[in-house]
Amino acid sequence: MNESSAISKNIEEYLEILYKLSPNGEQVSTSQISENLKISPASVTQMLKKLADMKYVEYSPYKGAILTDTGLKLAKRVTRKHRLLERFLCDVLKIKKNKIHQQACEMEHSLSDDAERALCHLLEQPNKCPGDNVIPECDLKFTSCEECLIQKEEDVEEVGKRNQNLVSIIDLKEQKKGKVSFIRGDHKVIRRLLDMGITIGAIISVMKVAPLCGPVEVAVRGSKLALGHDIASNVFVEAVEDEGC
Amino acid sequence: MVETSGKGKGHKYRHRNRGKNRNLKHLTIALAGNANVGKSVIFNELTGSNQIVGNWPGKTIERAEGKLFFNGYDVDIIDLPGIYSFSTFSMEEIVSREYIAFEKPDVVINVVDAAVLERNLFFTMQLIELEVPIIVCINQIDIAKQKGIVIDTDKLQAALGVPVVATVAVRGEGLHELMDTVIDYVENRIETRKNEIRYGFEVEKRVDMLSRLMVSKNLDLKYPYRWIAIKLLENDPEIIKLVENSSKEVVQKSYEMAREIEEIHNEPSFSVIASERYSLANQITAGAQVQSEIKISFSERLDRLATDRVFGYVISAIVIGGLLLWTFVVGNFLSGLLTEAFGFFQPVDPQVSGTLSAIIWNGAVGGLVAGITLIIPFVIPFYIMLSAIENSGILTRVAFMMDTAMHKIGLHGKALIPLILGYGCNVPAIDSTRILETRRERLLAAFAITFAPCAARTIVILGLVAVFVNVWWALALYVIDLLVIFLLGRIALKVVPGESTGLIMEMHSFKLPTLSIIAKQTWVRTKSLIYLVLPIYIFGTAFIQALYVLGILEPISNALAPLTVWWLGLPVIAGVLLIFGAIRKEFILLMLVAFYGTNLALVLTPVQFIVLALVAILYLPCASTIAVLAREFGWKSAGMITAANFITAIVLGGIAFRLLSLIY
Repeated sequence: MNESSAISKNIEEYLEILYKLSPNGEQVSTSQISENLKISPASVTQMLKKLADMKYVEYSPYKGAILTDTGLKLAKRVTRKHRLLERFLCDVLKIKKNKIHQQACEMEHSLSDDAERALCHLLEQPNKCPGDNVIPECDLKFTSCEECLIQKEEDVEEVGKRNQNLVSIIDLKEQKKGKVSFIRGDHKVIRRLLDMGITIGAIISVMKVAPLCGPVEVAVRGSKLALGHDIASNVFVEAVEDEGC
Repeated sequence: MVETSGKGKGHKYRHRNRGKNRNLKHLTIALAGNANVGKSVIFNELTGSNQIVGNWPGKTIERAEGKLFFNGYDVDIIDLPGIYSFSTFSMEEIVSREYIAFEKPDVVINVVDAAVLERNLFFTMQLIELEVPIIVCINQIDIAKQKGIVIDTDKLQAALGVPVVATVAVRGEGLHELMDTVIDYVENRIETRKNEIRYGFEVEKRVDMLSRLMVSKNLDLKYPYRWIAIKLLENDPEIIKLVENSSKEVVQKSYEMAREIEEIHNEPSFSVIASERYSLANQITAGAQVQSEIKISFSERLDRLATDRVFGYVISAIVIGGLLLWTFVVGNFLSGLLTEAFGFFQPVDPQVSGTLSAIIWNGAVGGLVAGITLIIPFVIPFYIMLSAIENSGILTRVAFMMDTAMHKIGLHGKALIPLILGYGCNVPAIDSTRILETRRERLLAAFAITFAPCAARTIVILGLVAVFVNVWWALALYVIDLLVIFLLGRIALKVVPGESTGLIMEMHSFKLPTLSIIAKQTWVRTKSLIYLVLPIYIFGTAFIQALYVLGILEPISNALAPLTVWWLGLPVIAGVLLIFGAIRKEFILLMLVAFYGTNLALVLTPVQFIVLALVAILYLPCASTIAVLAREFGWKSAGMITAANFITAIVLGGIAFRLLSLIY
């Protein structure tokens, strides 16, 4: 393994842990990171400064770091690969649960975007990893998994990447709004959501999130709907400012 | 699936009445619209007590049909199930669609929630596309007004091209105008336009080409061509199947066109069409509705509290606890009154000696009295309260809070209510699984309910174990029963085909339910239950007592000996007890007393008491429960659930006997 790939691997691990500790982009403290990666706080501080130089995080001494948009994007991509790989190792290769994490950690850095997409098709667009964490959405320019399947023949390069970072509505804070930009899952889920008014481009706001991975109450087109946690984790929005609508 | 009650078949009803009222002109109206917009209220207001509730032929979907005499018309009114769209993913949608397209009611009244106009119009537009005579009824304008929404019905009428009437159905406001409009409509006094809903250019072009192709082929499909063309482009599986039978070419062409739309819009074609339909609904709404800012209403405040992460649970607990407490307290009181009243006329303890006719008489009366004193007093207060919390909108909040917990056995939060009710009596509990959306959920909930320790099972546990062994073992049996519900629930989740559909539930605004609605719902529900349960109680009890006296049960009991004596370690008589228990579980205790007198400790060992009680609570749902299962899910599912209960009881009973023998 050459040096530069070792460095980028290290960066990716940091971004991944930052995302894991705060998927909705809040401050993560140095000590939290140091505990999770089992690395001394001093080394963590050093690395965070380096990440700040690369514009992946905003670092404030003694407080910790927040992922920037670029950093969040990269963090989601590697997290997605990691969790997809875990699903694959667990469901397809039937590897024991206690071994999949380490293996996925090794593989995630070398998984190409085309392979990631193929894996997602093979696993039928899973929304959670075996440890029940939500798999982040892909960053391809699709509005739904159906569309990705329809355009199977096109390469990832032809499809292009999304510019904006999306948020799943389970990660949206109460009283925040978003524009529905991507719906994950098979066509049945999409159709049911469409019928209830959750169409691509619709403005949706989160009213209540029930505790313990409970359902999410949203307001859309003047009606209020409760969406089960699984369904809600499949609806992704582009954040919209409050005055926007 | 099974066709359950003949009363459900509306056509008979219609023809019979048509004959009677030869001088009246006949009219059929269907009520269609989203769930919970007040369709049933309008239905009740219009038809009064003149209604029949049954199932759609071959489906376990409720069908309500009623009658109204208005201005020289004899009007049949059908209340269609509440749906959001005409796609074919639920039975309710298929039933509604086929009824409207095939039976062709004279007028379809589309009931619309004024507070949620845009979402409701999405469905209205699909109705208009079916090209049937439509009147839009904007209901609950009072609730909309509280939210600062005012709708201009003239503008809406102009935009949709169909008559629009505003109502507040719970107060009966506007219903007379609604019926006047219906009559004006059928007597051609209202100008309507042809369906003018037009999609974007790319979609419209292809809808047109497909319709023309079907016209040129002269296909006979019962639905309008334009509607079929749209459904084909939406890739609706049922419609594709339907058209495929007549012309493969049309279907092939529609696939190509759907793909073209997908390439142009970079979105699946069904999603393009839905989005365009919604943007039309949005435009129409924006043109006809004025929304003013208002301060947060009381109902809004209550809503926030009901889904609060702390108070939400408190309120849920109060609602569920209150429902149970109310049911048991009021039920016990009424039950006591009734028992006393009936005890005055006739002793009802089971009789095992005497003449045959005396025994049959004793059985029949005993069954009748048990039905009246045990079921009805509990069912009526429960239904009153259930109906109140259902109509007020509190139930959806409870379901919202309880969703996570119920997911462990593959159910939604709503399923908690039927499940808890199962602790009182399984029969209304299974009946109330109708509040759940899919058949699979209803089946899973019903399965779990059949294990719930109902009042009769409690009598057995208390009477056998708490009295003759000790209270701790009685409590242990309760705990074992709960574990069984949880474990079998999880197993059933894996075994029953189909995936758990995630929760998508509309959270309606709170409203005060009216007494007349509650009374009507309670009456309809109670009536259907009485018809089911009382005959089983009366004839079942008489029949089984007669069988016993004729000496038919003993040979069966002896044949069961390997199971009861060897495997379960019970006395031979257990066979007879369990056969009696199939009608009414508390019989197991009553018969034992009838045979051996009250000091049962002389007859059975502690181990036998516990094993007998364990087997008794699990081995079969009682006959009434099996009947209601069959009514709701068909005999096959009812049989499978019964078999699962039986196997569980025998396996656990055998294991318990062997383990307990080591202790005692």
